[in-house]
Amino acid sequence: MRITDVGSFFLFMVNCILCNNFIFSRFLGCCPFLGVSSKVQTATGMGLAVTFVMGIASLVTYFVNLILVALGLEYLQTIAFILVIAALVQFVEMFMKKSMPSLYSALGIYLPLITTNCAVLAVTIMNVENSYNLFESVCNGVFGALGFMLAIVLMAGVRERLETSDIPKSFKGFPSSLITAGLLSIAFMGFQGLVK
Amino acid sequence: MAEKSNKPTMRGVFINGVLNENPTFRLVLGTCPTLAVTTSAINGIGMGLAATFVLVCSNFVVSCVRKMIPDKARIPAFIVIIATFVTIVQMVMQAFLPSLYDALGLFIPLIVVNCIILARAEAFASKNGPLLSAVDGLGMGLGFTCSITLIGIIRELIGNGSVFGISLLGASYQPMLLFVLAPGGFITYGLVLGIINAITAHRQAKNPEKEE
Amino acid sequence: MALHISTGPHLRSRQDTPSLMRDVLIALCPAVAASLYFYGFKALWIELIALACALLSEYVWQRLMKKPMRLGDFSAAVTGLLIGLNMPATVPLWVPAIGSVFAIIIVKQLFGGIGHNFLNPALAARAVLLTSWPSYMTKATVPLRALTLGFYEKTLEGVDTVAAATPLLMPGTDVKDLLFGNIPGAIGETCKIAILLGLIYLLIRGVVRWQIPVCMLGTVALLSWILGKDPMTAVLSGGVLFGAVFMATDYVTTPMLKVGQAIFGVGCGLLVVLIRNFGNYPEGVTYAILIMNIVTPLLDRSLNRKVYGEVKQHG
Repeated sequence: MRITDVGSFFLFMVNCILCNNFIFSRFLGCCPFLGVSSKVQTATGMGLAVTFVMGIASLVTYFVNLILVALGLEYLQTIAFILVIAALVQFVEMFMKKSMPSLYSALGIYLPLITTNCAVLAVTIMNVENSYNLFESVCNGVFGALGFMLAIVLMAGVRERLETSDIPKSFKGFPSSLITAGLLSIAFMGFQGLVK
Repeated sequence: MAEKSNKPTMRGVFINGVLNENPTFRLVLGTCPTLAVTTSAINGIGMGLAATFVLVCSNFVVSCVRKMIPDKARIPAFIVIIATFVTIVQMVMQAFLPSLYDALGLFIPLIVVNCIILARAEAFASKNGPLLSAVDGLGMGLGFTCSITLIGIIRELIGNGSVFGISLLGASYQPMLLFVLAPGGFITYGLVLGIINAITAHRQAKNPEKEE
Repeated sequence: MALHISTGPHLRSRQDTPSLMRDVLIALCPAVAASLYFYGFKALWIELIALACALLSEYVWQRLMKKPMRLGDFSAAVTGLLIGLNMPATVPLWVPAIGSVFAIIIVKQLFGGIGHNFLNPALAARAVLLTSWPSYMTKATVPLRALTLGFYEKTLEGVDTVAAATPLLMPGTDVKDLLFGNIPGAIGETCKIAILLGLIYLLIRGVVRWQIPVCMLGTVALLSWILGKDPMTAVLSGGVLFGAVFMATDYVTTPMLKVGQAIFGVGCGLLVVLIRNFGNYPEGVTYAILIMNIVTPLLDRSLNRKVYGEVKQHG
């Protein structure tokens, strides 16, 4: 899937957000998806933070990869990428703490955990594997993250609704969240094949 | 377990990892690989063993160097250690088990960000001795392996009629494809987790003295 | 449980759930009759199996969980019947059975039973079956050649001849076939006249509001027209009408307010056209409504703030 004109840009976007949704068809970023999806507001915040980090990470790792290739050190890819991401997250965290303290406290423990949000590392590796150019890499990062955001906000909407539900005791919490995610994923299968 | 203040023994730590604090079913960590690679039992085992290797090695090394690392640089240092072992696993698998490597794909490098490993480095290895940490890694890793193999077996059996590639349900069985697709991963994991919770609750109700 | 907390729709109290569901069952009667007429005993078996499995699952679950028996509210019956009506005639009988069990246990009861499911159980079950056994679920039979007994075939031929003589039928168009249900499809969704009868009954009884079906069908017609397709055929073919009347109007999984319902309908229509014309599936109704079911909590959330309490005026 490459971006050559406006039409393919649009298809690329639909593909990232709906057809190959990070959560529902690729299983990337499930930990924050299950952990931070109990309130729509926090889910939106988490989604925005991830979008920001994933966009910048795609941008930065594109150049990091160029350097690695130039030096013949491709095998250091995983280590280099995860360090870049960890540093980025640290930066976002400091920035948020200063300028958006309420969002910072709401995201709590999950903000440093964006580092271990596998979606971020995955998107950077995917960019390299698909040999995306700079623009495609950033688009892949941002749209992929928007797909994640869509998923987590929809999930939070449903979970807010389920809050008062009489869910069987042993299915409260994670089990019902997982089954909810499964049902959401069934609905998202309808988007399969929109982009050929 | 936090409430037990007595000194942890090797056996206790191992059992704790496999059963009491099973990363998949108790702590619900590392959900992504649990969902993504469990389309077949063999993938589950492969993923589990790869993660176990990284877990044991990283726990051991983290524990060895725990006193040298300044507190602030802790997490990046852990990540570098973990990433090193993941790269080793990646290369070894690519060389000797290319088909499994292809099946697991992206999720091999993603072991780096598997929350179980970082969580154990942070919660256990940075506070305990190297041997005990390695045993903790082994327990956790095997707990993870067993759990995702179980999910892999269930999904492969229902979704493909086979286990470890061996057809079990006969030719007349019509596989329920859903279970090897994305929604099946979520639903199987959710159902298994719920059933395990129910069994635990049932047991606790039977032996109330075991309850904390 | 001293305090009773319930999810929306709050306007529906426990006592009148059975009467609402009974009305839905009555509204489904013409569709059931049409399915029997076109597909004979096979249709009857499919519907009975789906119905029985739904009721049995509900019974077993409520028994095991020691919950109050609610078989009498007919909601499981409606779900079961809808699943049955959504099957093609050639389907093996175990397929609707699995669908019913999945719908009742996983989609409905695991989330707390009636009023708590966030997806329409019958539709979710259909989507599961469609994903799991695509070859069975997409094999639609032309009723005339369906697995009917000789008796039905004869009757059908008779009908066909009579209909062919009607002056309304212009050569080249098959609107009549679409209306009567002489087209391939699931057993309950082909005969549009039967579904429309059901819709009229539901509207008269005040069980459904016009917003969702009208907005959904209107959007499908409009967008199909824009894409250069015949809007009439687009609305009358496939499961759009059945979905719009019986699936998209489910109380529990659709927005509470009229505005929300209108948006819901438009969204369904949009997604139907999108999936039909660009997606992998020949028919997008199931997925369109499921996706809008998921969006419903967010719709309700954003709308309820603006018009709080409006719900009470209707009932």
